[in-house]
Amino acid sequence: MSAAPPPLLELTGVFKSFGSVQALTDVDFEVRAGEVMALVGDNGAGKSTLIKCVAGIHPMDDGEMLFDGRQVTIHSPKEAANLGIEVVYQDLALCDNLDVVQNMYLGREARNWFQVLREPPMEARTRETLASLRVTTIKSIRQTVATLSGGQRQSVAVARAVMWNSRLVILDEPTAALGVAQTEQVLQLVRRLGEQGLGVVIISHNLHDVFETATRITVLRLGRNVGVYEKASTTQQQIVEAITAGEPTKVSGIPSAHGAAQ
Amino acid sequence: MTAALDHAPEAEAAALEPLPVRIRDAVRTGNLGSWPVLTALLLVVLFFGITAQNFFTPANFTNIITTMAGPTLIAYGVVFVLLIGEIDLSVAFVSGVAGVVVAEAQLPTGAHLPWFVCILLALVATTAIGVAQGSIVALVGVPSFVVTLAGYEIWSGVILRSITQGVIVIQDNKINDFSNYLFGDTAGWIMATIVSVSYVGGMLWSAASGRRHGIRIHDPLLFWLKVCVVPVVSFLTVWILNKDRGVPLALLLMVGALVVWTFVAKRTTFGRHVYAVGGSAEAARRAGINVARVRIMVFAIAGGMAGLGGIVLAARLNSVDLNAGGGTLLIDVIAAAVIGGTSLFGGRGEIRNALIGAALIYTIESGMYIKGWTTGVIFMVTGLILLLAVTFDTVVRRVQVRAGR
Repeated sequence: MSAAPPPLLELTGVFKSFGSVQALTDVDFEVRAGEVMALVGDNGAGKSTLIKCVAGIHPMDDGEMLFDGRQVTIHSPKEAANLGIEVVYQDLALCDNLDVVQNMYLGREARNWFQVLREPPMEARTRETLASLRVTTIKSIRQTVATLSGGQRQSVAVARAVMWNSRLVILDEPTAALGVAQTEQVLQLVRRLGEQGLGVVIISHNLHDVFETATRITVLRLGRNVGVYEKASTTQQQIVEAITAGEPTKVSGIPSAHGAAQ
Repeated sequence: MTAALDHAPEAEAAALEPLPVRIRDAVRTGNLGSWPVLTALLLVVLFFGITAQNFFTPANFTNIITTMAGPTLIAYGVVFVLLIGEIDLSVAFVSGVAGVVVAEAQLPTGAHLPWFVCILLALVATTAIGVAQGSIVALVGVPSFVVTLAGYEIWSGVILRSITQGVIVIQDNKINDFSNYLFGDTAGWIMATIVSVSYVGGMLWSAASGRRHGIRIHDPLLFWLKVCVVPVVSFLTVWILNKDRGVPLALLLMVGALVVWTFVAKRTTFGRHVYAVGGSAEAARRAGINVARVRIMVFAIAGGMAGLGGIVLAARLNSVDLNAGGGTLLIDVIAAAVIGGTSLFGGRGEIRNALIGAALIYTIESGMYIKGWTTGVIFMVTGLILLLAVTFDTVVRRVQVRAGR
């Protein structure tokens, strides 16, 4: 048991309130490298708030964050990116008028000392990244994102997140606006990220998606932990019950967090 | 990516469709670039060339170029503003302010500063105006329409207050040269050669560096067409102008500014961020781009280019009067950018649109004056073309969205 490496990301005792609203109460959360961790819960369960704390958009009121076993504090999205944490937001955050390469490198363009863009390396690297994720449906990486389908756009957004030596990729409702075939395409991509050794967090309302991709499932309810479930030994029915009527637990909710459970 | 790559970077499948199919696709997806405007320009030249005497002459060609130079320079800045999805209604009177500054600064009975100091002062002043207006838009969040409409009033007031005597004559000929200087024949040929060589060289060099990274030329036909067209057009232009009195400095300014700003827009991080902010300001912000800084710099460019255009306009008249920056100048410069194909909705357009749009507007204007049509008719025609261009842009946007799904 002690031989296991520390989880990639480990949060313990996170508190967060907005004014008088207590959004997160004593929440624990962890992701291991190479696993897809689903984060589920009803509206207002605190999923997005928790993710925003990790991404550096909201500061935590209280709680501890370990990344790679080291204690870290994140104050801005840039600091999160520097650690290798990337978030793919629900509304994509792509520029429709730019092409695939330009979107992949948005804000981090390859340039020389005169701020002149270096297109060939950007184009080559984009092609490599998409190929390594087996995103093959995009005809030309020089077409504008406006001409892509929803699934292709989501693939670009995910590929952008993993291109920067990222270690933890957080996907907020990645299939919310997609059709059946496109959903399948994105879910495959999510599984592949895990297989490549990244830590993946997927937030979803759709339990089908969750069971298709996740290795473990963390359930939040009303800003508290309900539990962490191994997908292999859980039914959808159990997860639904946990989401709607689960009893808040503490510590026992993280069975693998050997160090945290004092 | 730390993961091992099992796919070597391979060149994009160069399976290009045959030309007719590509043209049909371009029409269907509304991806037509400058072709509609260039076609319109060609038709206009043909129409007036056949029906109007003294239109298709070297002298009139020189005349059109010197007339459009000032507005075109201003319109380059307008393109930047439109690219980020904003508008600048103050550019015309800001250009008038530049004229006033230059005229006041060179006055032998007044400041009597050397010509380059006058020019510099005017450019600094108008750029500062741009920064101020842009800051109110970007930092406070007041809509650019309102800020620059206020600027429109304010700077027209400043011009009226400054020119108490009704007109200031510019006596410094170095300043007047900005519009009126003509290069000799040899200088013209040298310029055409430099433009051609550097353009063709640049195209070949970038193609070669792409090849080193395994990137093939996307469209060989279009590539070689571009490589041929630019030298042909530049030598043809110089040839016609040399038949008259030579290449005007104003043309050099137009082309030089076009090259510089196209480079900035297409090849620098700043330019990329301009397009990104115009496409989706929120996406740009999340990607870590300083959106406010981009917006302020864009308004600064618009101010500075309005200043340069204003200097050329003042130099053309050898004076500044109460009409500086007034009349149809504002409509002309915004129309030039929009007619050339720059989207009013942001994120789509090229710097050269301003040049092409201005060429169309001022060619039509010149033709109609020569045919003896009245100013009223000219306004109506310009208005109709503007309406056509914006309608076209709106339809294209809708078609593109539909073609995307």
